[in-house]
Amino acid sequence: MALWLAGMIRGASYYKKTLISITTRSSRAFASSGARDADKGSFRTPYMASATAFISRRFRSSVAGQQLDHFSSHDDEDKGQVRTLDFPGGRVPYTSEMRFLPGSSENRVECYRVLDDDGYPLSSTPFQHIDKEVAVKMYRGMVTLQAMDTVIYEAQRQGRISFYMTSYGEEAVNLGSAAALSSDDIVLPQYREPGVMLWRGFELQEFVNQFFGNKNDIGKGRQMPTHYGSNKHNVITISAPLATQLPQAVGAAYSIKMDKKDACVVTYFGDGCSSEGDFHASLNFAAVMEVPIVYICRNNGWAISTPVTDQFRSDGIVVKGQAYGIPSIRVDGNDALAVYNAVGAARKVAINEQRPVLVEALTYRVGHHSTSDDSTKYRPIDEIEHWKTARNPVSIFRNWVQRRSWWSDKQESDFRAHIRKQVIHAVQVAEKTEKSPVGSIFCDVYENVPPNLMEQEKLLKETIRRYPQDFPKDVPLGN
Amino acid sequence: MATNLRKFKRFGSMFTSHSNHLRGLSSSPASSGALASADGPILQPAKSINLYTAINQALHIALDSDPRSYIFGEDVGFGGVFRCTTGLADQFGKHRVFNTPLCEQGIVGFAIGLAAMGNRAIAEIQFADYIFPAFDQIVNEAAKFRYRSGNEFNCGGLTIRAPYGAVGHGALYHSQSPEAFFCHVPGLKVVIPRSPKEAKGLLLASIRDPNPVVFFEPKVISFFGLSTSFWIGKLGTWVIREGSDITLVGWGAQLTTMEQACEGISCELIDLKTLLPWDRETVEASVRKTGRLLISHEAPVTGGFGAEISASIVERCFLRLEAPVARVCGLDTPFPHVFEPFYMPTKNKVLDAIKDTVNF
Repeated sequence: MALWLAGMIRGASYYKKTLISITTRSSRAFASSGARDADKGSFRTPYMASATAFISRRFRSSVAGQQLDHFSSHDDEDKGQVRTLDFPGGRVPYTSEMRFLPGSSENRVECYRVLDDDGYPLSSTPFQHIDKEVAVKMYRGMVTLQAMDTVIYEAQRQGRISFYMTSYGEEAVNLGSAAALSSDDIVLPQYREPGVMLWRGFELQEFVNQFFGNKNDIGKGRQMPTHYGSNKHNVITISAPLATQLPQAVGAAYSIKMDKKDACVVTYFGDGCSSEGDFHASLNFAAVMEVPIVYICRNNGWAISTPVTDQFRSDGIVVKGQAYGIPSIRVDGNDALAVYNAVGAARKVAINEQRPVLVEALTYRVGHHSTSDDSTKYRPIDEIEHWKTARNPVSIFRNWVQRRSWWSDKQESDFRAHIRKQVIHAVQVAEKTEKSPVGSIFCDVYENVPPNLMEQEKLLKETIRRYPQDFPKDVPLGN
Repeated sequence: MATNLRKFKRFGSMFTSHSNHLRGLSSSPASSGALASADGPILQPAKSINLYTAINQALHIALDSDPRSYIFGEDVGFGGVFRCTTGLADQFGKHRVFNTPLCEQGIVGFAIGLAAMGNRAIAEIQFADYIFPAFDQIVNEAAKFRYRSGNEFNCGGLTIRAPYGAVGHGALYHSQSPEAFFCHVPGLKVVIPRSPKEAKGLLLASIRDPNPVVFFEPKVISFFGLSTSFWIGKLGTWVIREGSDITLVGWGAQLTTMEQACEGISCELIDLKTLLPWDRETVEASVRKTGRLLISHEAPVTGGFGAEISASIVERCFLRLEAPVARVCGLDTPFPHVFEPFYMPTKNKVLDAIKDTVNF
């Protein structure tokens, strides 16, 4: 203990300079630096503040070794008292005190927010300047997402499509993060981030074509509804198995690094995903490969029926990022501005420093897991209501936007009516559109159709001609 | 048979009062072959039930009859996404029926450890499509636990349940039939019931089998299947109907389709039930009688388990075969959402193949 303390004292000035990171910094420290800058009359963005912190806290094995020199005393070593272990991963200080690290820290990692539940900026929190144009586009995106969810959920209930997953409650994570990215950033989504595609210009009609699996669906009607992707929009197509996108994202980010692009990879996942082996493989790879990647975890409290208390006993996901050597931040996922700021800052660090950053957004899955689920079987309705009303991310952001006179009640009602009509129109168009021809079952298995599939296609077409009643009428036979 | 009755009585009190029914069925159209000969099937009258209820009842009996049995998996605590574990946590406690974190390799690895300590570990993988992160644990660990330790250790108490197969709208990742991957692994048993009727008994037999078992439940019968009775089964083969012109071999929900194609021709329809180790003798005896063989499964035709059956029967019955062995299976593509009816080995595809084989 004595040695450890001595080391601490010697290392104190180093820690003062370096240990501030967005994972450990208190909001007060954050606020005061911003306030100081404001006093000087310059608007210093959190991006810059964060970037400084990241640069000064980079753990490589060799760097770790140097850092730990602060703890070792060569004088002591000369006297035969070795105080550090020269380990392959860097020097490690010795201690005579047997002390276990606690399973969790006494205080939970704080949650960064900009707006309160009524959409008022927290006085102590500076926020990134955001243009009216961006803010309004974000808000319109959130409302569009709600309109799409309402109409398509109903369409599924009417049996018009087979399946749907809403994003209710997570609109701010969707649009706040999407707005903070560049369209060159490659996105590997899970399945509850359609807002990112909306932001990038994926049309409502394109979404609805995918839900119906018609001939205009990019995926040719092969995947379940909500499993979309678009090369043009730099969004890699969704796969239903969970967390599989995470290690892939590291490979994609390595490519961006090798190509020296001014972009990063952004990958989304939920709290449940963080239990999968792929999550852990991904974070470790990303830290070791030093790739520009932003992890965005939508910690919405529920993986289908499994609450986070059955999922992990750590303080959420944010501490796991740190455990893998990845700078990490926890944000209020229902505060679009906080998400926008944090993801923007994370993106800058990922690109400028070529390293991974993790953002854990605390939010809530207000909807059922999917149309196959009834979440009232396993969670209290009060809880859902609370998040739907008191913590509604769309209302919070609307309050803020409207208070700045960037939005009005009239615009609200006009836009909601307009967008609803658009979604309904898209459904009507998609429903009337026939499916892809039979041949599209066999293409894209490989780059070229191999002989066994050619033969199976021929046989299938013969069967269809013999028994047309066995097959859906809206799938053309083709050539 | 008497021994078997004693064993079944241990399953729970509900069986003890039905010994007449049990005895009465010892002469029913029984299965034959090595696996089936150890225990005959036993009929247990019951109310009309669907697959979840059948599975739920089997799990209930497993928990009730063996205090060292545990059931777990993703969302199992509240009853599971297919409702198979409904009420079990309330009745048997959260230490025996519980949610796990969302991690298939974790679920199976945990189950192996639990089983190796002398427990019955009944693990649920939510969909068979999601079993692959656990492939290493199943293939390299569960299957080889006994062999690599010289029988010092085993995980025979392990049963992995997973709903599998087409369901009408499941697309790539909620429709697959991955049984062939597991049939390539010595040390595992692979069992598939075809209806609620068999599911209860087969699941109990799997749970009690002293080897690790992968138990696939056809999803389509979860939704649509209803039975008025069920068999307390054995992990053997079952001749559903006897015939003289052609032998049809299948498993799971595909047997319903095959059964519909049997009309007009004398078909001998065999439910393999246990794919690994499979009852070659029963199939061989049938083919020696009919001279023709058709195998049908939902999984892609190439490398499907039908290929193994075909090769074995050709090896053993070459001179008796009057036509090439036919296979009517899924296409060699991923499972496509809106094209499911095209992908499937439909009744008329089976019927055409029966006619072609009989008229060869």
